[in-house]
Formats: sequence, C-alpha cells, structure tokens
Amino acid sequence: MRDALLDRPVYEPEEGEIMEVSMGPHHPSTHGVFRMDVKLEGERVMKLKPVFGYLHRNHEKIAEHGAYLAAIPYTDRLDYLCSMTNNWGYVLAVEKLAGLQVPERAEYLRVIVAELTRFQNHAGLIGFLLQDMGASGTPLMYAFREREKILDLFESLSGARMMCNYMRFGGLRVDATKEWLDEVRALIALLPGFVDEFEALLRANEILMARTQGTGVLPRELAINASVTGPMLRASGVNYDIRKVDHYGVYDRFSFKVPLGEHGDVYDRYMMRLLEMRETVKILEQALKDIPEGPVMDPKVRLRGLRPKAGEAYGRIESPKGELGFFLISDGTGNPYRYRVRPPCMINLTILEDMCLGHNIADVVIILGSVDIVLGEVDR
Amino acid sequence: MLGEGIIQGLVETARNFFGSYVEKDRLTTVQYPEERLPLPEASRVFPFLLYDGKDPDAGLRCVACQICEKECPPRCIHIEKSKDKKPDFVGKMQVYPAVFDIDVSVCMSCQICVEVCPFDAIRMDKVFELSTDNRFRKLLYTKKELSKPNEYYQKIHPLEAAETDERRAKEAEEAKAKAAAAEAAAKAKAAAAAATPPVGEASGNGAAAPAKLAETKGSPQ
Repeated sequence: MRDALLDRPVYEPEEGEIMEVSMGPHHPSTHGVFRMDVKLEGERVMKLKPVFGYLHRNHEKIAEHGAYLAAIPYTDRLDYLCSMTNNWGYVLAVEKLAGLQVPERAEYLRVIVAELTRFQNHAGLIGFLLQDMGASGTPLMYAFREREKILDLFESLSGARMMCNYMRFGGLRVDATKEWLDEVRALIALLPGFVDEFEALLRANEILMARTQGTGVLPRELAINASVTGPMLRASGVNYDIRKVDHYGVYDRFSFKVPLGEHGDVYDRYMMRLLEMRETVKILEQALKDIPEGPVMDPKVRLRGLRPKAGEAYGRIESPKGELGFFLISDGTGNPYRYRVRPPCMINLTILEDMCLGHNIADVVIILGSVDIVLGEVDR
Repeated sequence: MLGEGIIQGLVETARNFFGSYVEKDRLTTVQYPEERLPLPEASRVFPFLLYDGKDPDAGLRCVACQICEKECPPRCIHIEKSKDKKPDFVGKMQVYPAVFDIDVSVCMSCQICVEVCPFDAIRMDKVFELSTDNRFRKLLYTKKELSKPNEYYQKIHPLEAAETDERRAKEAEEAKAKAAAAEAAAKAKAAAAAATPPVGEASGNGAAAPAKLAETKGSPQ
C-alpha cells in the first residue's frame, strides 16, 4: 500500500502552465478558516496542500492547566456543532482514568442527546454539501429547520443551544424532566418524515449524481491506512463503528445497523449520512422506550477537586465525524499531566490531496464538503 | 426517464412552499425584534449576583469565598475580600466582596460558577441583548451592575428559585433552632455554674463570666 501512496502524480512544473491558487482562508466553501494551496493545470488539480492552524486556541494546554471540571466547557468548543458528543468523549476518558461509575439513567440520556446531536450534524452537513454544489439555500434551510427543533430541546435541557456543557464525569449536570422526554418523543415521531423528504429532494437528482458519483474516490485500503474514521470510512466499505466495536455507554443494548458504502465517492458519503440519520432515529426510539428512572449523577463523585490516581486513560466515542478520542495522563494532582485530543476531522482531512488529484477545482469544494470538517476541531 | 429526479425534488420544494401557508411547522421564521420566542427555564447567558431584601449591599449573599474565581475556566471573575464583616441570612458574621467583577467579554457562559457556589449567591441571567459601544469598560460588570434581587431570580427561573428559597428557608430555620438550643444550653450551664457552691469567695464572678462568653459565642450560630 505504501507503494501506491508513493505512486501518486508528482508535481512537475512546466513553463507557464501551472497556476498556483490559494483557496481560503476566507473562502465560503472552506467551512471556516482553512486554506488549500492548489496547483492547477488549467482546471485540473495537480497538487493540493491543506494548511490549517488558523483557529488554533491552545485547547490542550489550557486543559492541562485547569482542573478536570474546567476542561468540559472547552470541549464544547472543539466541534462546535456537536458539543454533546465532545463532552461525552472527555468525560468517558476521565471516568476511565478515575474509575467512576455512571448511573443507568444518565447512560440512556447520554445516548439520547448524542444521537440527537448526530442527527442534527448530519442534516446540517448534507445541507452544506448541497450548498457547495450549487443548490443554494433550499436544502440547507430545510436542514436548519429541523436542526432548530433539536437545538431548542438542548436549550431547554442544558441551558444552551450549542455550548451545552451538559455532561459531567460520573453522570450528567441536570436530569431531564418527563415533559422533556415527551417532547423528544414527539420530535422523533416527525424525523423519519423529514428524512424521507430530504432524501426525495435531491437523492435521484441527475445533476447531483453526475456531479458526485465517481468524484473523490477514497479506496478502501487507503482509507484504512490513513486512519480515516466515521462515515467517511464506512462509505469506503469498511465496517468499523466505535459504537459496535468498543461498546461504550449502553449502545450494545440497542439494535441498529451500520450502513456501508461501496464506492467511497462523494455520493456514497452523502448517502451514508442519510442512512445514518435513519439508524439514529431507531436508536432514539429504543432508548426512549427503555429509559429507567433514577438519579443521573453519582453523589460520591467529587466534581470539584477531582484527583485521579496516577495513570493514563484513553476514552473514545463515535462522534458524528468519526472516532473522537481523549487521552489523559494523570500524575495524581488536580489537573491532567497530559491531555490530548484525537480529532476525527483533522485526520480525515489529511487524505484530502489523494482524493482531489486529477479532479477539477470545482470538485475540490464538494470533496472537502463531504469530508465534514469543523475547523474548531481541526485546529483546536 | 431523464429529469425524473429533478421533478421529484421540485415536488418537494413546491410542497414546502405551499405548505408554508397552511402549516405552522413549515414556516418557522419569527420576526425577531417585534416578535419573540419565550426562553426556556434553563436558558443561561451571563452570571449575576443575588441579594435578599431591598438593600443590595446588606443583603448580598456572596461571602467572597473565591471558589468561583478559582473554578472559573477562563478566569473571568475577580474578587477582593472586605476587611470587615456583616451578618448573613442566618445571622452568622461573614466577610463580603469589596470588589466583585466579571469580565463578560471573557465569560463563556458555562455555568460552572453557579454549580460550585455553596451559598446560592451567583446565578445565570437571561438577558442577551447586551451590545454596547465600549468593549472595555462596559463589558466589565462590577458588583453594582451584577447585584440583582431575589425577586428577579424568581421571575426568570421560577422552578429553580422556588427550590433554592425552600432550601434556604429550611437552613435559616435550622440555624435559628440551633442558636436557640445553644442559648438554652449556655443558660442552663450558667445556671448550673451559679447553682454549684463556689469554692473560693472570688470564683463566684469567675463562674458567671465564662457562661456569658459561651452565650455570645453560641448565639450567632
């Protein structure tokens, strides 16, 4: 496989034929402050270099200098579209490090909020991807209309729409009321209808198919070798989902399928999100049916001044974008000795050049869109 | 048939367009400054300080313990302790914050200060229209701007406030009962001390003095 990597087209400048374009950092198609140095021959991409770091906020060092509790609101700001799953990844790592138990009800609520987050992330992503292709506005507005309902639920539960800061090691900050759970039930009864509508909108659209099928193909072996995770990996046909592999939380109690793609092109990645949205609704239905009564927080856990024993732990979850991991080393003091995030977006982004070579520059935009990046997480 | 998918998509758009005239679900836009959606109970923006009664200085619940200052992730709270003391809601003498500043341009509305406060003194506000023309002075909220009465809290977070008030009333009652018990015990002790025949002539005064001391010490609790 290594040979195949080295075998890619090499940039050989020819007199007056190669044009260098700097796409970004302020370009509407780059989903944030992200730059691509593209070398073009006519419209064809000869070389592409992703440049990131414009949104670097020193997340890891800040977390190393604060208490364990103080890092939770910062994790909201990694992937600012999915704060609930970021919280979960971090608290899972701390729970492993300190050996804390989580009450049953809290585990179910975590699944509910994480799956709602996955739904709104995928809906938003498809909206943005179609917007990048020129379907200006309409799909994005439909996606945001649904997303709004989920964010309203988050606000009434945790107090904030996007920066939820909801999970704590050993449980959750507040319990969900019965009314809130009923509202979620009412909402997820509507979601399959929305997915149907969203799918019918453009799924069989001939222009979309011509544009995306065969574009940005990521071969199965290359995807594995580049440690790509999440829907991108599954679109290339690799059956790997942390929810199934790692059995974190209570995911092993729900029956759901992991959708797999075949071609690994932009169209497969688009379909992967649609199919995952359907599976998400299934998980939500089961979780809301089985949710037990009880406390959501272990009363013995010291949130303030937590001092885990010296050691290390790696907590990983299937975030909407891929494997989100938090690695912590404790030296027995009140703040982590080492704190490291494995951001799925950044690692999925490293393979961008191999997907883009030989395509037109307009295809670069949709290939990047299908990777699903959030720059807050890429740069941290 | 070529174009079938496009037509199928246009049917969806048309359904949404005409549906927006009849279904509230398809037309979610709110004409913001004129029309406002109610905020949920849990909604939070920036923290404020609570005081009981009418006087913001006398009733301020904060005792300048500086826990929130230490726990605040972006360190946006600045507290300076007072030199003197004032009685709190159960009558115990406590220091109070001489200076309490929150830099809301740094604050990230995470609510950790509210969670860690053991005195129910800091809570989250719901006011979000805070734009100003001065990003330095006017975004640094001082104690005067932060202090808000308990009635305001009851208005913006009714359920939470009811729970807090109930707990505080119970605490105050318990403290009162404890103080009364301590007073009674001190009196009993004094009475007992008085009843015991003094050994020497001068010790009669000496026995009364510690009892009085115990009384003053016991009563504020």
